[in-house]
Amino acid sequence: MKIVVCVKYVPDATGDRKFADDLTVDRDDVDGLLSELDEYAVEQALRIAEEADETEVTALTVGPEDAKDALRKALSMGADKAIHVEDDGLHGTDVIGTSLVLAKAIAKAGYDLVISGMASTDGAMGVVPALLAERLGVPQATLLSEVGVEGGLVTGRRDGDAASERLEARLPAVVSVTDQSGEARYPSFKGIMAAKKKPVETWDLSDLDIEAGSVGLEHAWTAVDSAADRPARTAGTVVTDEGEGGRQLAAFLAGQKFI
Amino acid sequence: MPEILVYVDHVDGAVRKPTLELLTLARGIGEPVAVALGDGAADTAATLAEHGATRVLVHEAPEYAAYLVVPKVDALHAAYEAISPAAVLVPSSAEGKEIAARTALRIGSGVITDAVDVAAGGSGPVAEQSAFAASYTTTSRVTRGTPVITVKPNSAAVEPAPAAGAVEALDVTFSAQATGTKVIARTPRESTGRPELTEAAIVVAGGRGTVGDFTAVEALADELGAAVGASRAAVDAGWYPHSHQVGQTGKSVSPQLYVAAGISGAVQHRAGMQTSQTIVAVNKDPEAPIFDLADFGVVGDLFDVVPQLTKEIDARKG
Ligand SMILES: Cc1cc2nc3c(=O)[nH]c(=O)nc-3n(C[C@H](O)[C@H](O)[C@H](O)COP(=O)(O)OP(=O)(O)OC[C@H]3O[C@@H](n4cnc5c(N)ncnc54)[C@H](O)[C@@H]3O)c2cc1C
Ligand SMILES: Nc1ncnc2c1ncn2[C@@H]1O[C@H](COP(=O)(O)O)[C@@H](O)[C@H]1O
Repeated sequence: MKIVVCVKYVPDATGDRKFADDLTVDRDDVDGLLSELDEYAVEQALRIAEEADETEVTALTVGPEDAKDALRKALSMGADKAIHVEDDGLHGTDVIGTSLVLAKAIAKAGYDLVISGMASTDGAMGVVPALLAERLGVPQATLLSEVGVEGGLVTGRRDGDAASERLEARLPAVVSVTDQSGEARYPSFKGIMAAKKKPVETWDLSDLDIEAGSVGLEHAWTAVDSAADRPARTAGTVVTDEGEGGRQLAAFLAGQKFI
Repeated sequence: MPEILVYVDHVDGAVRKPTLELLTLARGIGEPVAVALGDGAADTAATLAEHGATRVLVHEAPEYAAYLVVPKVDALHAAYEAISPAAVLVPSSAEGKEIAARTALRIGSGVITDAVDVAAGGSGPVAEQSAFAASYTTTSRVTRGTPVITVKPNSAAVEPAPAAGAVEALDVTFSAQATGTKVIARTPRESTGRPELTEAAIVVAGGRGTVGDFTAVEALADELGAAVGASRAAVDAGWYPHSHQVGQTGKSVSPQLYVAAGISGAVQHRAGMQTSQTIVAVNKDPEAPIFDLADFGVVGDLFDVVPQLTKEIDARKG
């Protein structure tokens, strides 16, 4: 079985994230890392691989040069090989374009199962997996908090707003997993050393037969016109409880007409 | 006036509040045409008409409940083909975003998710979003095709605006992909009797500081008619269900009032509550980052402060 796990390289959420002059996400000033939510995807890929015979796990990223770090992390966790799609023409690509590039790369790599995180921690749209299923024409079993593969079927639990559902789909399929799916392992020292020898292929747009005019900032199907620093919430009154804290808070809420 | 397609989120015919908010926003850019699917779809019409829907396209079929997402994409696509709207608005639930994105791809349009406002602009609707844990506000547009935009709950007021709400049957042919993912069992979420977290006007949330005892948090919530939220630390510890988690990987809320009790205010938590109108916090640690965004904070033990607050509110109500 071939598993492709999609991992994104994102600016660290605890850093001071901002927009660049062209209103794309600034990927230079804040250190990047493998999106924490994609660690869960790598983890589930590895667990599924451990349960099945002859499974190969390929980590795939679309991103700038530094995105190799995300692949290294996935490899040191235990993925077998990695593919990095990198091209100057990709800068500023929106979600529709990103899903095109990922879908072409997944098709070229070959797959029985695609596993993604629930959302990227920078864009946070949570729609790439659904778009991949649409583009690849295979079932989507997304936002799973529990996942298993057996006998050519993927099953899992999706906790929705109104109900918790058990899903079942036939492979090949696209799956995304939530942060409830199971803690991601830490790379071991052995894993880190082994990762250095694992193959990382680099593909550009021409390797994927994607015309330059279909991706990139100029060709995105959406445009950001402005990005303003939200006026930081200013700290209001802080009191120390000396036996009256609850009543003081009640007085504030009454003043604000909440009571 | 151009027609705006509004996807209806409902449970057995009961329309959920975010859809009514979408009707308000849709009226700002055109004439809302609602599309309601699945069991009870036709029962939504009266409510939708009261809130401005000029037409209500309905289609009931077992596929909507039996298979994941794709049947709904097929239907929204069919509705799009039938009315050629100027924009498509969908509530920003996890499922809503997936439906919106797949539909957008099919119709050759760009998609914007999690808008907090949609207004008319010179070249089509302009969406306001917040980015990076709500530390930025952006405006954006769809530049190709018909804008498909998902809108977060609590982004607009619900306003009555009686309209015709003419019920029409929608013709839907399901695609080959529609039956790809079976829903083999469904367990409805137990009702807590409290308001829906994302829709509530007030949210009272507890964190690790509760050490697993949510009694004081729940009592305050009930006194205020509020929903109960929880930090991920509280959820991971098994103290409260994940469906109540507020933050980046939980629900994003923007109520009029957010009460944080025993929550430190990590960036991933802030991502889900920073746009609340008023924030108050109770925390033992004066250095807790939650105080940086609180309009009123009490440094103290939540087990003293919260019950006293609840009692005082009760007393003030007389
Ligand atoms: C990828 C990712 C996604 C995440 N998503 C989310 C998310 O969606 N939501 C979320 O909440 N977190 C999320 N987190 C986790 C987040 O980083 C924090 O770990 C979490 O929010 C901490 O929860 P807390 O504030 O309850 O706990 P803590 O940070 O431990 O804070 C507990 C607070 O309670 C106070 N306290 C203790 N006892 C008392 C008392 N008796 N009275 C008053 N105060 C008391 C302490 O002073 C402390 O400030 C995510 C993290 C990652 C990496
Ligand atoms: N550039 C990318 N490279 C690889 N995987 C990605 C990329 N963008 C998104 N993904 C995957 O799609 C998931 C959802 O992303 P998003 O829709 O952007 O929130 C992520 O958790 C990743 O698994």
